[in-house]
Amino acid sequence: MSGYFFALTLCILTIAFLVLLLRRRWIREKYAVIWMVVAVGIAVLGAFPGLAVRVARLVGVEIPANLVFAVAIVTLLAVCIQLSIGVSQLDERVRTLTEEVAMLRLQTQTLQAQAQAPASAPTVAPADQAPRSATPPVSHTP
Amino acid sequence: MTEPLPRLLVVIPAWNEEQTIAAVIDEVRQAVPTADVLVVNDGSSDDTVTVAERAGATVLDLPLNLGVGGAMRAGFKYALRGGYALAAQIDADGQHDPAHLPDLWEAMSRHGADIVIGARFAGEGDYTVRGPRRWAMSLLAAVLSKVCGTRLTDTTSGFKLMNARALATFAANYQAEYLGDTVEALVIAARSHLLVRQVGVAMRPRAGGTPSHDPLKAAVFLMRAFLALVISLSRPAAPLPEPARPDPVPEGVRS
Repeated sequence: MSGYFFALTLCILTIAFLVLLLRRRWIREKYAVIWMVVAVGIAVLGAFPGLAVRVARLVGVEIPANLVFAVAIVTLLAVCIQLSIGVSQLDERVRTLTEEVAMLRLQTQTLQAQAQAPASAPTVAPADQAPRSATPPVSHTP
Repeated sequence: MTEPLPRLLVVIPAWNEEQTIAAVIDEVRQAVPTADVLVVNDGSSDDTVTVAERAGATVLDLPLNLGVGGAMRAGFKYALRGGYALAAQIDADGQHDPAHLPDLWEAMSRHGADIVIGARFAGEGDYTVRGPRRWAMSLLAAVLSKVCGTRLTDTTSGFKLMNARALATFAANYQAEYLGDTVEALVIAARSHLLVRQVGVAMRPRAGGTPSHDPLKAAVFLMRAFLALVISLSRPAAPLPEPARPDPVPEGVRS
């Protein structure tokens, strides 16, 4: 069994795994695409090792393996940066949602307190439940 | 006071401040009885919410900890939606004296400023920071003074008064990052052509802990501050959000 066959099997397994993840919606397509490209690239290089040698000669890299490594590092870097961007965007979204949740919660509380106020004793509202806010419920002006 | 104080919301970002928050709310009440007090609970694990509500403040209870900048932006959004003409920011640890709020308002109406900072090193009071941290802060102050076109001595102060224009800008742009609520906020303000002024205020020593004099920490502080500064300065000026201002402007005027 040649090393090439081993590499090829690994690549096919990787691709199959990614497709599986995509089918189950465990990763979104925008993150999977770059991995697919990587897997296919490695598969092609594994199947036709002569390709790496030719490309290396073309761009002036002496050892083909170094070219493969360099490209791999750059690709991984790109993936990391993409992930960082994704996480930062998520951060911002969580932040906005947190703000909205807090405001909605306050609004509900105020409305609830107002609805309960006439029924229960109007003079002494329990401080823990009813926020004694002087402001009317926050109005959303679009 | 030169003009009567318009509708003011005092925003107090609080993270685990059950010890001091009630006293701060009471002081604000005494200093500016007409103001509404909003405590933004920044995901505290202690009793901050209950204590603040009992003290008579409205509490905006963030389910997660977002940091001072995050808490303040939530407060600004609340102020904007509630149609407040002014919003003030005060620390929950009691280091700012709310009795200075009228001074800030006085300076705002005198200079026509959009933001007035209550500054610690402007003559008033005896609050001092020494050593490397002091140098870092002065350097920062020098650069930001240039950016804002006015002399600022305390750029990391969390004691501020902002008008509706500043509110609208900050509700869209306030950063949750380290120093995003101070250094970066000032850069954003300058970029949005907001007029920044400062007033000297006396600061009380913080209830808990003293400012650190560790040179290493000062160096880290300086580096992070300048990173924040450089990045925010290099950013293209944000298109001024011409927000739906709560105060009704007749529609026909603009055409």
